[in-house]
Parts: sequence; structure tokens; C-alpha cells
Amino acid sequence: MRYIMSKAVLERYEALFEQMRGAVSARSSDAAVVVQVGSATCENAAGAPSVWREFERHIKASGRSDIVLHRVGCTGRCSREPIVGVLKPDEMPVKYEKVTRDAVHDIFTSHVVNGAPVTSLMLDASGHGAKYQLVLCAARHCGAAVDGDTEKTFREEIAAAGLDSDDVSVLAANGFGFCGMSPEESAVCVLVRPGNTVYFIRNRDDVRRVVREHLGSGTEVSALRCDAEFVSRRFFSLYGDVAFFNRQNRIALRNAGVIDPERLDEYVRYNGFRAVANALAENDPEAVIAAIEHSQLRGRGGGGYPTALKWASARKSAEKTRYIICNADEGDPGAFMDRSMLESDPFSVIEGMVLGGFATGASRGFFYVRAEYPLAIRRIEHALAQCREQGLLGDNILGSDFSMDLEVRLGAGAFVCGEETALIHSIEGERGQPRIRPPYPTENGLWGKPTVINNVETFANVPALLVYGSDWFRSIGSEKSGGTKVFALAGKVRHTGLIEAPMGMTLREVIYDIGGGVPGGKQLKAVQTGGPAGGMIPETLLDTPIDFDTLGALGSIMGSGGMIVLDEDDCMVDVAKFFMAFCQDESCGKCTPCREGTKRMLDILERIAAGNGEPADLDKLERLAALVQKTSLCGLGRAAPNPVLSTLRRFRDEYEAHVTEKTCPAHKCKALVRYEIITEKCVGCRMCARQCPVACIAGERKQPHEIDQSQCIKCGRCYEVCRFDAVARQ
Amino acid sequence: MNTVVKNTDNREEVRRKSMEALTPEIVAHIEACVQDAQPHSHLIGVLHKVQAHFGYLGADQLDAVAQLLQVPTAKVTGVATFYHFFRLEPRGKYVISVCLGTACYVKGAEQVAERLQEELGIQYGETTTDGLFSLEGTRCLGTCGLAPVVMVEDEVFGDMTADQVPALLEKFSKTED
Ligand SMILES: Cc1cc2nc3c(=O)[nH]c(=O)nc-3n(C[C@H](O)[C@H](O)[C@H](O)COP(=O)(O)O)c2cc1C
Ligand code: SF4
Ligand code: SF4
Ligand code: FES
Ligand code: FES
Repeated sequence: MRYIMSKAVLERYEALFEQMRGAVSARSSDAAVVVQVGSATCENAAGAPSVWREFERHIKASGRSDIVLHRVGCTGRCSREPIVGVLKPDEMPVKYEKVTRDAVHDIFTSHVVNGAPVTSLMLDASGHGAKYQLVLCAARHCGAAVDGDTEKTFREEIAAAGLDSDDVSVLAANGFGFCGMSPEESAVCVLVRPGNTVYFIRNRDDVRRVVREHLGSGTEVSALRCDAEFVSRRFFSLYGDVAFFNRQNRIALRNAGVIDPERLDEYVRYNGFRAVANALAENDPEAVIAAIEHSQLRGRGGGGYPTALKWASARKSAEKTRYIICNADEGDPGAFMDRSMLESDPFSVIEGMVLGGFATGASRGFFYVRAEYPLAIRRIEHALAQCREQGLLGDNILGSDFSMDLEVRLGAGAFVCGEETALIHSIEGERGQPRIRPPYPTENGLWGKPTVINNVETFANVPALLVYGSDWFRSIGSEKSGGTKVFALAGKVRHTGLIEAPMGMTLREVIYDIGGGVPGGKQLKAVQTGGPAGGMIPETLLDTPIDFDTLGALGSIMGSGGMIVLDEDDCMVDVAKFFMAFCQDESCGKCTPCREGTKRMLDILERIAAGNGEPADLDKLERLAALVQKTSLCGLGRAAPNPVLSTLRRFRDEYEAHVTEKTCPAHKCKALVRYEIITEKCVGCRMCARQCPVACIAGERKQPHEIDQSQCIKCGRCYEVCRFDAVARQ
Repeated sequence: MNTVVKNTDNREEVRRKSMEALTPEIVAHIEACVQDAQPHSHLIGVLHKVQAHFGYLGADQLDAVAQLLQVPTAKVTGVATFYHFFRLEPRGKYVISVCLGTACYVKGAEQVAERLQEELGIQYGETTTDGLFSLEGTRCLGTCGLAPVVMVEDEVFGDMTADQVPALLEKFSKTED
């Protein structure tokens, strides 16, 4: 009986898979050109909708039916949006950056119609122009290399074969996620474009064959070719040539920038819901939990609690009505991982929640989403409806005897509601105030029933690790923590964006190799991780591998993924003050240490920034911080002192300069900055006087000017505009 | 706790009054929520709907929601005041939200905010006398990669500088003439 049902579930899934694959290829198989345009909030803010309409107009005007416009979510390359991809069969996919309506015309006429890519608009054109591109997997975790250095071996063989090295560009990528799929223990994956052929290379002979046969004579080496669908195969075939992307590992974000977030068929096409089908066919919830345990997946919401333990604990409960909640409250002010994920691929999260429901025995689940994310909310609702239509949600999923449905509930702008017990109160329609734990939600949660709460990214990882293997997932991570972490890279970094890095990658690699370092020739001062609950990691510690435990040991936290780069112009006292103001404002007021303690700490920080601090204030801050940390009721209060403590520990000299010398070394704290015109240097060009918003700079033309200090608001505009370095800042 | 009396003597009167304070669509939505196993859990969702329609939550609307959902008005008010997203006062035609999240802050959101306050002559939470603009400071809008960010109604403007503020305001006040 059971056997028959398993078979029926799998058959039904395969039928669905074929149907959806057919639908996807029907849309693009006849296409001579596919034009991809991003469509998440970031892209939209950067002008993607008008770019989309402009392409529509051009396609219509051209009268061609073989040019297809394809909507995708976002790749996470925020500072270069809108990004447009032009894909032609047998040609390398070309990505354009910062596309405007005017640029659409050039791209369309020159490239789409006449086949000549517009180099000046390309995103990372470094590998462009070559006849072939080889993208090598240089992932550290498998350690495979041919003759010690795959890249070098390839270059040698390319030269030996007499090929022009300008015709072949060789790029090293960080990790495709192909490993574990190789039939050989230590094979290196190589992607050859155009055509996106993947080879498994074991030794120099293999290198030679690929170089001579494929690159030399244009024939694929079928004996070495690998045809399996790997986790991020599609992503790398589209974006593998761009350094920003190929330094990443894409698991949670495997479909971001690949699929249309409003089409279930595109998700299913890349093995979507296969994990659910397998789990339902096997009908062994314990096995799902065991696989997750083996994968060493830890919660991505900040705490890093092992997901398998949480699920097992809910499963143990005697109470049979259980709930699953996806925490999409994303409260860290400076982070957008969850928004982007939900806007680019809501299906992975839904599938993760269904798997969570199956494993823990819950049949009802909730998305708790920030109201500030209207597009994400729309996309989730849309995706839920499509899943219901195909029998992937609702009664008897895929014909099995497991039923589950999900609904969306909105937050309303309270940071504390990211805390699980507050979140539960909020879903219940109450004020979002936390309560003491234990009991933990897995025993006593929503409406008193066992409830599993996980972060968006945690859920998004689950289907991938089940389909592609928990061994593989675990191998990508560090010793105690499997997989990757998504970070929202922002602040003083050249390539702001959303990135996914393997656990164990160093902060330096993330910020320099992926993020491109600090712009404007400035000096990096610190990296802030974990938002208001986290801390500042100074430049000297950038070689720390990223993991829950390592960042914790540095006095910061991994957090949910906010990563803000701070440079020499940022004052550590000011940043600590910023976070304290945030926590004070967001304290729900239920317990005194947090309500009063944050207020008192903020007062002291404000005093210091205003130049009224005393040396004793630093000790006072430390004592208060320790008290609030120990005695607050929930995580908000307990973590609120972290930014203060970590800056006091790492940048005490900056605090001391504020209290003893009354100076702000970064020239940020206004009360401690003074602008003055150096008479000898001033040529009287009047530039500063014209720019000063309060008109407090006076002087005759061609005569030295002067600032009326009593009126000056310290906006610094004179300092910025003077071309003669005649304005001094102290 | 979550028991809802499905029928009361004054139901018709409550309904009539609520229709006046709310809209038939919202009333219908609340009545559908009441059928749910946990009707009170829909309170926040209902308040979102009311605010989306009216722009804010007025006393009459809060009262009507309380009546229809059969929750004490004090609780409805308590919830409405707890969450930052809800506004209890009417706002200007265009709500300008300056992001005061970390990424925007370190990229100079303060200067942009100051310039907005200067040009509009109002502080956070206030509305210009002509009723055109309201100014709000918000937490991260989730587009940190474009910091600093200002949102006018639903439109996001990235990489803002203080100097772009006058043009931005003009863009919206112009459409008024
Ligand atoms: C004040 C506060 C805010 C939080 N905000 C979030 C949040 O925005 N998103 C999130 O996933 N977890 C947040 N958390 C952590 C959650 O309480 C919870 O640990 C997490 O959602 C569990 O999911 P995970 O095991 O998948 O990490 C917050 C915790 C606290 C104390
Ligand atoms: S620690 Fe702060 S946020 Fe948490 S319960 Fe206490 S007052 Fe509320
Ligand atoms: S801009 Fe510089 S040189 Fe010109 S008037 Fe001002 S201080 Fe003097
Ligand atoms: S481009 Fe999507 S998050 Fe910025
Ligand atoms: S901090 Fe402003 S958008 Fe995130």
C-alpha cells in the first residue's frame, strides 16, 4: 500500500516536472534572443520597469516574434542595477549594467538585432572578446587541483597546443557546487563557454584533451562531460564570467537572477519541489531531520541554532497541532537578504516550509513579513496561489496523505517582533512584546501549540541540501557549520549588493574579492556585522574566517547577514550612538533594564559626542552595558550593548579622544569639529560663500573670506567645495 | 479568549455605523475574518487594510474595527499605537520617507534629511501647511545598496545627495499645478 502511494507521488511529480519543463522551453525554444531584465525592489528603484517597457516597445516595433523578454528576480548586484542580460544560443551571455532607457536602444539595435555587443555598457567585460571562456572551480573545500595549479596547467596546455591565448580567457571561480557529483574523488570542474559544457578534469591528460579537442577543433569531449543538473549550474552559466558572482557559492540564492519569481514552472524546471516529492514518497520525517542534522545547517536568522534540533524538538511534542513560521521580519536596519530572496525566488522558501511541516508534523504555516516589503508580499501571495493550483500546497500534496497550507501575516514596523515570542504575539493580533523563555516556542508557541520558527534563508537552504545531498552541503561549510551565508554588503564598499559566501571565507575575501574594496582611496576602518545586536570588527582582524563561532569570539555576531563597511570617515562613537538610538527607540518597554538602560547609555553617548563627556563615562558605559546585557528579558535588550562594548574594546582611543581631547578623529561629531578658512591660502573665489546654506561666510571678492563661527552649522560644505584647500577642518 | 459572539442584538446598528466609518469591502473582509478559527489574529492585517485605504487610522475607524472584530477598543488602540507603521493622524498627499537605516546613515542620510527639513520647513512626523508633503524617518527600506535612499509614496530614489532635494520636491509639487 505504502509502496504504491510512494510510486504515485513520484510519478505525479515527474509528470508535473515534464509538464513544467515543457512549458518553460515552449516559451523560449524558438527564441533567437532572450533578453533578461531584473525586477526586484532594487532594480525597480534603479529604473528597471522603464527599461522593460522600452524593450517591449522595441520588440513590438521590430515585428519579431523570436525575441523573448524574460523577467528575473535580482542577482544582488545593487550598485550596477538595472542589469540586462542578452542571451543567444551558442553565444556567451552578455550582461549590461546600469541600463537606461537610452541604452536600451543601443543594446537592441546593435546587439539584439545586429549581433554586435555594446562593450562600453557591459558588466565586467574583462573576459569578453575571447572565443572561449574557461571558468575553473577553485573551491577551497574540495581542494582538488590538477598538477597543483589547474589554471596554470590550462594555460600551459593552451600554449602547447598553439592556441592564441587572447582567444581563450581563463577565470577562476570560487565554487560551483558541482562537487560531490563527480564520479572521481578529486576532479576539478571546468565550465566552457559558450555552450556551457561542464567537464570533470582529473589530470593533465584531460586538460590536454579539452584544450585540443574542444578549444582547438570545436568538438566536445563527451567522455569527460558532465550532464547532471547541479545546484547552481544555471546561475554560473549565466553569470560565471563576472568576478563579483564567481567568487560566490550560490545555494540559497541559486535561482535568484535565474528564474522568473512569478512562474512556478521555472522553479520546478530547476528541480523545484523534488525534495518535497522525495520526502513524501519516502514518508519518513525522521529521515528528513537526520539529513538536515548531517548537513550541519544552522539557523540563518542570527542565533545559529541547529535547525535539526529545533525541528526534532517540535516533533517530539505530545501535542499534535503544530505550526511552522517563516520569520521574514528582517529588522536589522541595513540588511535586505530576506527581501531580495523572497522577491527573487519565493518558491524555495515555500518548499522549505513544506518540508519543515512534513518533518515536524505541522499542517499550517505562516509567513510573518515586514509590511515595508510590498513587492515581497505580493510575490509570496502569488507563489502560494500557483503552488495550490498545482497541488503542491493544500490537501494531499502531490497525492500523498500529507496536507499543509501557508498564509501571510504582516508585521507593522516593530524591530522587536523579529524575536520569536514577540512575533508569535504579533500573529495572534497582540502588541508584539516578548515573554520569558523557556518554554520555547517548539513546546509552547502560537496559540499555545508547538511552533517552529525559522528564518527565510534557513528555509531556502533546505530543499537544496536535500536534493543535492547533505554531504555536499556540509563539505561547503566550515567544521561546525554547513553551507553558505548570504550577506547584504553595504556602506563604504565599491560593489554593494547581496552575496552568498561559503562559511569559512574570510571577511577580507568578501570585502575585497567580491566587494571590490573601499571606494575613493579611503582606508577601511571596521566592518559592522549583526546590525544593532552585533559589533565592529577592526581592519586588523579581517582575515578571520566567517562563522557563527569565530565572529562571536571577536565580540560581534554573525547576525542575519547585514555587513556594513566603515571607513576612516566613520566615527566609532557615532556609530555606537546610532545603534543605541535605534535600540532605545525599538525597546518594547516591557522590562526596565532595556527600557531605562538603553536610554541611559544613549544619554552618555550623546554627551560624549557633544564634547561634554568625562573619562569616568567610559567605565559607566561599560558597567551599564554589562547590566543591561545580563538582566534584560529578551534578545533585543541583551544584545543592545554589543555595539558599545565592541567599539569600547576595539576603538577605545577614539572614545578617549572625544572625552579628553574633545576631538573627533573622524571629524564626524559636529560639536567637536570646527571649520576655518586659512587666510594665506584663500583666493577669495566666493565658492564656499555661495554654497554655505546659512550664509555665514563673508568676504570681498579676491579677498580672504571668514566663517562666522557663531552661525556655522558644521555642514562641511565649504570644506568640500574649496578647490584651494583653504578650508581647514579640526 | 478568542470566542466571538456571532450574533448580538445591536448587530445591524453596528454594521450600519461601521459601513459609514469604513468601506463595504473592508467590512466584508472583517466579517470573513470573524469566521476564522482565530479571528483576533487578523487585527493587524485589518488595520493595514484600513490604513491603506484611508491613509491613517482615525478614531472612528478604530472603533468600527473593534466593534466588528469584537475586540475591546482599548486593545485595538494599544495595538495601533505599538507598531510604528500605523499612523493615527492624517498625512500629506505625498509621504516622504527618509531611510535612517545603518547603510543610509553611514552614506550621509542625515544631510539629506536635514536638507529636506530645511526645504519643507517641517520635522519628522509633520505635514506641510498646504497638506502636500509629510516627512518621516523610516528604518531600512531594503535597498541599502543604493544608499542613501528616500522614498516618496512608493517610489524609491537612491544615491541621494542633499543637493538633489530641491529638484525632487519640485518634481512632486509641479504635478500639482
Ligand atoms: C530583537 C530581535 C530581533 C530579531 N529579528 C529577526 C529577524 O528580523 N529575522 C530573523 O530571522 N530572526 C530574527 N531574530 C531571531 C529570531 O528570534 C529567531 O531566533 C530566528 O528567527 C530563528 O530562526 P533560525 O533558527 O532559522 O535562525 C531576532 C531576534 C531578536 C531578539
Ligand atoms: S529586553 Fe527590551 S525589548 Fe526585550 S522585553 Fe525587555 S524591554 Fe522589551
Ligand atoms: S572656496 Fe576656498 S578659496 Fe574660495 S573663498 Fe572659500 S575658502 Fe577661499
Ligand atoms: S539588486 Fe536586488 S538586492 Fe539590490
Ligand atoms: S539602510 Fe537605508 S535602505 Fe537599508
